[in-house]
Amino acid sequence: MTTPLLDVKDLRVTFEIHRDGDLPWAAPRKLRAVNGVDFSLLAGKTLGIVGESGCGKSTLARALIRMLPATGQVNWQGETDLLQLTARQMLKYRADIQMIFQDPLASLNPRMTVGDIIAEPLRTHRPTMGGKERRARVKAAMERVGLLSNQVNRYPHEFSGGQCQRIGIARALIVEPKLLICDEPVSALDVSIQAQVINLLDDLRRDLGLTIVFIAHDLSVVKHISDEVMVLYLGKMMERAPSDELFAHPQHPYTQALLSAVPVPDPQIERGKVVIPLDGELPSPMNPPSGCVFRTRCPRAQALCAETVPEPTAGPHSYACHFPGAVTQEEIAAPV
Amino acid sequence: MVIDKTKMTSLAAATSQPEMAGRSLWADARRRFARNKAAVFGVFLLLFVACFALFGGFFAQWSNEELDFSVMGQVAQIGGPSLSNGHYFGTDDLGRDLFARTVQGTQISLAVGLVGAAIAVIVGTLWGATAGYFGGRIDNYMMRTVDILIAIPYMFVLILLLVMYGRSISMLFIGVGLISWLDMSRIVRGQTLTLKGREYIEAAKAIGVPAYTIIRRHILPNLLGVVAVYATLLVPLMILTESFISFLGLGVQEPLTSLGALISEGAGTMSYGTLWQIAFPLFFFVVTLFGFFFVGDGLRDALDPKDR
Ligand code: SF4
Repeated sequence: MTTPLLDVKDLRVTFEIHRDGDLPWAAPRKLRAVNGVDFSLLAGKTLGIVGESGCGKSTLARALIRMLPATGQVNWQGETDLLQLTARQMLKYRADIQMIFQDPLASLNPRMTVGDIIAEPLRTHRPTMGGKERRARVKAAMERVGLLSNQVNRYPHEFSGGQCQRIGIARALIVEPKLLICDEPVSALDVSIQAQVINLLDDLRRDLGLTIVFIAHDLSVVKHISDEVMVLYLGKMMERAPSDELFAHPQHPYTQALLSAVPVPDPQIERGKVVIPLDGELPSPMNPPSGCVFRTRCPRAQALCAETVPEPTAGPHSYACHFPGAVTQEEIAAPV
Repeated sequence: MVIDKTKMTSLAAATSQPEMAGRSLWADARRRFARNKAAVFGVFLLLFVACFALFGGFFAQWSNEELDFSVMGQVAQIGGPSLSNGHYFGTDDLGRDLFARTVQGTQISLAVGLVGAAIAVIVGTLWGATAGYFGGRIDNYMMRTVDILIAIPYMFVLILLLVMYGRSISMLFIGVGLISWLDMSRIVRGQTLTLKGREYIEAAKAIGVPAYTIIRRHILPNLLGVVAVYATLLVPLMILTESFISFLGLGVQEPLTSLGALISEGAGTMSYGTLWQIAFPLFFFVVTLFGFFFVGDGLRDALDPKDR
């Protein structure tokens, strides 16, 4: 077996929240944004991470590149635990792991030209590179992501959202990273533009052999690009499986509910589709439900679910549920 | 034809074109500023005052220290503004040429204002940006220092300093400089805190850009708008402070003078009917203040189009 590029074990991110009005010595309340997540990712593969907003997927992404304090292990190429490195040691790995952000325009400094923005990783990680070569590389990167290279001196506000995201992608790719973390890269874009950006990422992945962690709140977005999909809920892994398997045979009721919300292009199927409503609010991550965190909204919840936490099953298709299985007749029949 | 030829040639032209110049946010702001009538008027006022301060001396027939013995003693009768004896603005109570003295007063007042604003910009920006960016304990210590300094009644301290170390222009600069950066550092810190949460700062951190480079490359340029606006509004405040101190008789020392000192003298002799002695310094004082306020307001509107 080859060593995975990224091997994450029991990753946890806990925020200590001190509310206004609490006495200064009162123990801060703990918000477990990411609560023990494991996954591993082979080089060249794409992992999609899906969940509602507030489920900790962005926090997870930031924890991987040490922008938030986290515990657990993030093993890089089977040798280095990124979480154990000092900030200075980490610098070396930052060139290998680049990130794309949710809001394309906001992730670009409005006072810098596009050329300077894209060149920033080069300036940081290849400080000895000459200005001429840097410019040539910037232009090449712009053309690679489908921008006109003669626009290097323009400013971000002169571009559309989709173009801004391309600028963000060019910036991420210019140092030839091994891993690209995409934090909801298309959520802020129009649907038609979304497809373009996803296709671009897919092309780049194939051409450059990139490994991608692709975060989205919508299963339909990750379906196309992911080799494997992980579903998160309240900082915990609910289900993880190879993409085809997950879409064909979802076991976890949460995945099934998410899937039922995905629009199907075929109206015939769309009409006959099973809709499993996701009732109720997302519980506060400050005090998650006991036992299974999904139980407050789960159609199958039983007494056992409140008592014991379901452990994720072993194997390539893993799910954390006491009562897994395909959607049953009663669930379909239940009034929407 | 399948492929539209004109479109292809235009595409070819577009791609082969040399690099296009971008329209920076600054260029946008400049255009909005130029369209703002009050702001442009303010710029002209300031240009007028600046020209007066810089070149007025060449037109003066008298120096600011010479006493005109021919008018001495009868200033109220023949010391008024006149072109024939060279006293364009009249003379002061001692028979000194008021034109020359107003030129000099304007110079000193502008200098005090500009130096105070410059200190505020440099010290206040660095202080506030550092505190805001690093946050946590550093922020706490740095901003508590500012709080303590602000709590000290600065006018009192300034007067004490001037009394203890003698009234000198450098002392005045030091005193004005000491207080001017405090508010600036607070404003800059607040702005830095909001900037810090922006995604492009996060992006820079993810890339691994070192903290000081982030401050220099990403935070400072985005602070510049706020700083520029506040600095232009700070200049008149500094001038006012200096004038107030001079009005109390503690400001610059004779034979130097400032607009505040001239106004103070003019106010003292107003009852003898020598109104020009207060009118001319007051005119330049007011014009300067208005100029700065108009420009400051214009800058604020120009740099922050979302606000309207
Ligand atoms: S463990 Fe129980 S509550 Fe949780 S998802 Fe499975 S059936 Fe639902």
